[in-house]
Amino acid sequence: MPPILEVHDLVKKYDEFTAVKGISFDIQEGEIFSLLGPNGAGKTTTISVLSTLFSPTSGDATICGYSVTREPQAVKRAIGVVPQEIALYEDLSALENLQFWGQMYGLTGRALSTRIDEVLEQIGLKDKAKQRIKTYSGGMKRRVNIGVGLLHRPRLLFMDEPTVGIDPQSRRAILDSVKELNRQGMTVLYTTHYMEEAEELSDRVGIIDHGELIALGTQAELTRQVGETDTLILHIGENEDPAPLVTALRALEGVRQVNAIDHEVSIVTPAAEEILAPAVTQADRIGIKIHSIDIREPNLEAVFLHLTGRALRD
Amino acid sequence: MMAIRKLLLVALKDFRLIFRDRSALVLMLLAPFLLTIGMGAVTGRFSGTSSNSGIEDIPVVLVNQDDGALGSALVDLFTSADLDALVNPQELNDPAAARKLVDDDESAAVIFIPAGFTASIIPAPGQSSTSDAVRLEFYANPTRPTSAGILKAILDQFLGQVEVGRIAGVVTVSQLLENGYIDPAQAAAVGAQAGEELALSSGTASSIKLNTSTEGGGQMEFDILAYMAPGMALMFLMFTVTYGARSLLVENRQGTLARMLISPTTITQVLGGKVLGIFLTAVAQLAILIGGTSLLFRLQWGDTLGVVALVLAAAFAATGWGMIIAAVLKTPGQIATAGSAVMLLFGLLGGSFFDITMLPKWVQTISKVSPNAWGTEGFLRLARGGSIGSVLTQVAALLIMGAVLFLAASLWMSKRGLARK
Repeated sequence: MPPILEVHDLVKKYDEFTAVKGISFDIQEGEIFSLLGPNGAGKTTTISVLSTLFSPTSGDATICGYSVTREPQAVKRAIGVVPQEIALYEDLSALENLQFWGQMYGLTGRALSTRIDEVLEQIGLKDKAKQRIKTYSGGMKRRVNIGVGLLHRPRLLFMDEPTVGIDPQSRRAILDSVKELNRQGMTVLYTTHYMEEAEELSDRVGIIDHGELIALGTQAELTRQVGETDTLILHIGENEDPAPLVTALRALEGVRQVNAIDHEVSIVTPAAEEILAPAVTQADRIGIKIHSIDIREPNLEAVFLHLTGRALRD
Repeated sequence: MMAIRKLLLVALKDFRLIFRDRSALVLMLLAPFLLTIGMGAVTGRFSGTSSNSGIEDIPVVLVNQDDGALGSALVDLFTSADLDALVNPQELNDPAAARKLVDDDESAAVIFIPAGFTASIIPAPGQSSTSDAVRLEFYANPTRPTSAGILKAILDQFLGQVEVGRIAGVVTVSQLLENGYIDPAQAAAVGAQAGEELALSSGTASSIKLNTSTEGGGQMEFDILAYMAPGMALMFLMFTVTYGARSLLVENRQGTLARMLISPTTITQVLGGKVLGIFLTAVAQLAILIGGTSLLFRLQWGDTLGVVALVLAAAFAATGWGMIIAAVLKTPGQIATAGSAVMLLFGLLGGSFFDITMLPKWVQTISKVSPNAWGTEGFLRLARGGSIGSVLTQVAALLIMGAVLFLAASLWMSKRGLARK
């Protein structure tokens, strides 16, 4: 079975700035594929090009066999897009928004009203459908934002960081709905900078940084790149300067990488338990108080750290 | 069919959105209504009960030193029954005393009819016309611009008709000579007689009408609101179109524009729908204001076809201005600021606050860049009894203005790109 999405050497430049630098990947029908990367990595630009909003500078992509450069209208009918921002009309109700966007996708009459009912049921807003969007909470708006993307039953759904800026409960609901949509057969391209979301949802993950796809595979395949290593996390006081500790820890035998983000110092090592005591000793010697310690097995965060030398949140 | 459907969908969505924005509605509809009422109140439009003219019994002093027929005709005009409700004429012989009445604000204007006025226009048989026509003098009270303006309009109309009569006399004599009905020796006498008759027949009091009959056959009097209401409506029309244009950038910022562009919809449909939405809103605004002032104030806007044509043309030109503003500026905030400035500037230039004929010629020329100037001029012509034929120039000018602005906006937008990067 051919992939539902194939991307070939996709490049997107804005004047002198290259946002996407020749990425290639494919997505099989029925997959949840995540593009994981920090802010500004090129995720949204990639989605924008794949959804035909912008033309690529070079390269191409096919969706359901249609070229995004040559057959954009066919591509548009095959995809659904849930943008990062709440792209809704605040002075219209959820129902009116769904009616408008449904009609923009060619739905009319009974087919439209039936589908709107289904979507409202799906996003759990049937009883509040006639309220104006501006009266909704952030989480409710996100749910309508997703609902609009589902109206025309797209074969491939692009979700661009749909959980940004919402409460944990709404986030949980969105992640569950993504899994449910996938269970119903929908293919999903999901972008995020939250490693946990990519780990929970994805069949495969592409890690993107500075416009380049630096790793691609299942979670297991990716973590194998890091090797048999653990990450030791030292939580230090908010007012402590981690720099001297980082320097001291890098000098320890068996330490592969040390990074400090906010008041967390992470140590990548094949033998976390052996490093633990010397690390604490070094902190004592420098005069930095350690509040707590975590040992984490290899994950996508470690993969990103391993590949870039930076944390996802940098 | 689907292409038109999408375009209409976008337009109707915008139309619905603007009518849900209370602050926009205040500026689109309430503000022009209130300002029109305010201006009407200032000019006394709502104080009378017997007349709908608003201005009544305008005091005017006539100093007639002419012993000819035209001087008498002009006095007869101002003292005629037709103008009885509108003007309150007083005849004086002393020019200085007449001026003093204006200086003391007891009269809106003095009309001096100097000796030899008739003879300068219609020379007696055997005399040639004087090389310099004797001029009437109109001495206006600057503190009563509206009343003085009305008197001046009556005077201008009288003089216009006298001029028509004079020319008709010349043409008549030429025709008679050409066809051999009179010989050259008789020409002067016949010309004087024909000119006088024609000038007076068109310049008599009974033929002077400030307005024309309504469709129902009733007399329509000059109404100061017929000047105020279009001025205000056209000024706030600019608010509506800049608000609509601003929505293009707001949609770009909030992501709904991108969402439309990634649906199976073309840029032309999206942009066309936005433009149509602005145009429809502008038309609706003018229609509501015209309907509202007609119902509430019994304001006669004049020939229906002419009003419809002017409304559509003015909305089209104003929408063109809205699109060029949206194309050139980059943020909704910039558009809001520029929109207010343009609204006021065009309001001033277009005669929303005062008669632009009082301004220097070069300002009047510049004012033609605004839809307000053409629109106000057209609406005034209709209110004074003109038909659609009398506003064809204004309609054409507005349509050309709109077309040029749309072309410029399209070029600018295609150069810049519609969706944000």
